[in-house]
Amino acid sequence: MRPALLQTRGISLAFGGVVAAQAIDFTLSHGERLAVVGQNGAGKTTFINICTGHLKPSAGTVHFDGHDITGHSSRSITRRGVGRTFQLPQIFSEHTVRECLLLAASSVGRRRGFWVPMEEAVDANEVDETLELLQLSSRARDVAGSLPGGQRKLLDVAMALVLRPKLMIMDEPTSGVSSDEKHELMRVLMRALDERGVTTIFVEHDIDIVRCYATRLCAWIAGRVAADGLPEQVLSDPAVVRNVIGE
Amino acid sequence: MRLRLFVGALVLLGVALPLAVPWLKTPFLLALSNGLAVLGVAVLIRAGQVSFGNAMFACLAGYGATYAARFWQLDALLLIVVGTALAALAGALVGLFMVRYRGIFFGMLNLAFSMMLFAILGKFGAYTGGTDGLRFERPAFGFVHLDRDGFESALLAVALLLALAAGWCVQRYYRSVSGQALAAIKTNETRLEYLGISAKRIFWGGYILAATLCGLGGTLFALTQGLVTPEMGYWVRSGELVFVAILGGSSHAVGAFLGAFVFEFMKLYAAALLTGMWQLVLGLILIVMVFVAPSGIYGLLSRLLGQRPRSVLKAR
Repeated sequence: MRPALLQTRGISLAFGGVVAAQAIDFTLSHGERLAVVGQNGAGKTTFINICTGHLKPSAGTVHFDGHDITGHSSRSITRRGVGRTFQLPQIFSEHTVRECLLLAASSVGRRRGFWVPMEEAVDANEVDETLELLQLSSRARDVAGSLPGGQRKLLDVAMALVLRPKLMIMDEPTSGVSSDEKHELMRVLMRALDERGVTTIFVEHDIDIVRCYATRLCAWIAGRVAADGLPEQVLSDPAVVRNVIGE
Repeated sequence: MRLRLFVGALVLLGVALPLAVPWLKTPFLLALSNGLAVLGVAVLIRAGQVSFGNAMFACLAGYGATYAARFWQLDALLLIVVGTALAALAGALVGLFMVRYRGIFFGMLNLAFSMMLFAILGKFGAYTGGTDGLRFERPAFGFVHLDRDGFESALLAVALLLALAAGWCVQRYYRSVSGQALAAIKTNETRLEYLGISAKRIFWGGYILAATLCGLGGTLFALTQGLVTPEMGYWVRSGELVFVAILGGSSHAVGAFLGAFVFEFMKLYAAALLTGMWQLVLGLILIVMVFVAPSGIYGLLSRLLGQRPRSVLKAR
């Protein structure tokens, strides 16, 4: 039987007196598209940070694709196949859009080193396909720092996607994007991730986006998974309605 | 294309002028050795880091070459190899510590290391010659003993070739994955880690390259003078390297040499015409450059030569 793609057992972490993760048991299977909701401070980003190596849990284990990655560096976890994007897009603002992707692709490239020009070190076709997939081809030669918010988000995802991850974890992909553009952004993102067969976790505050794009939903309350299941089931849970949606 | 022609014209001038006007050999040699050290500092500036101690590698290389010349009477070409290799080794060791720090801490720690070297060279006079430094006999060049003029001409030819080779290598490095990742340290180190690239390892490579170039420049400087003093590694000297890197522009290797030549001749004439006030002239020029041409002489020339505006990181 194929192992779960991501599995956490009893992970806990506290910042002083604030408990950000309380003995979280969580399993994600291949092909799922999981949304994570919760109020600010509920522990969503802490959970992501633990899974991607930015934080080390005080207790518990994290397994990815059958390997124990607890406490591994973010670099090592990325190399195992976990891509990550951020609430504030993390791009190389002085490089062009294409250079950002070439540099990202170089970490899984064919040749590296002092003498090999970046263009020759990577599969340029893969880079161009990813630009096309995320509708960034027309901005390829522009300096990344000059892109508007929505396209910065797309570039952030493109840089993670070009690494050919098995799992993509996105922290609030639609934050900072106008409500008119949110659905278009998510449509492009999800199409790209589906086309590459990437399992996805995304943290989101917009319930409408969650309903439209998630196949599974976890609601986080005070460092715990309070509800987990199909989006409509979780969204009708009284505790979730009271503590997360706020209706 | 225009830029390549311009660089070609500069190289031709570098060969023709000292042949036509022999007294120019020494200032040209000093400018080339300074330019190589500045190129090292420019590599670090590309990563957004300013070192106020990189002259220590030039100083260390100069002393290494001097000891090798005094004790083993090595050939000048071998002295260049010995001095440069010593600086590279020192860069690798010091770099292991330095790559953990950024910004002001990086700049000040480099300064601290250079001041430790300065103090050691000054205090252990029995071995280092103290503040008077160490002299060495003019070595053979290519296993041939040359007179002073011949030695300077040969050294200038080698320095010019080394400067061209170093400039080409650095441009090649800027275009490589390592060079582009080094530039990315300036804007987003976190992202590099999440791409699976070790920012520390990349920066360590850049630091060693910078130390090697400073060492090469320091060895050529020592061979030109036949003398090394602790002043070569004093923090003011490191500050000068940063000044020249900003003056020349750090977006292309040519900028380091343009800055070094302008600085050398500005210092030469300002010191002759305004004795005791030449620093004032340098200060004024730096202020004007920051306001008028923040990308340095190279950036200004690129604009004048009609280069297309492109990413600041492009290094073709």
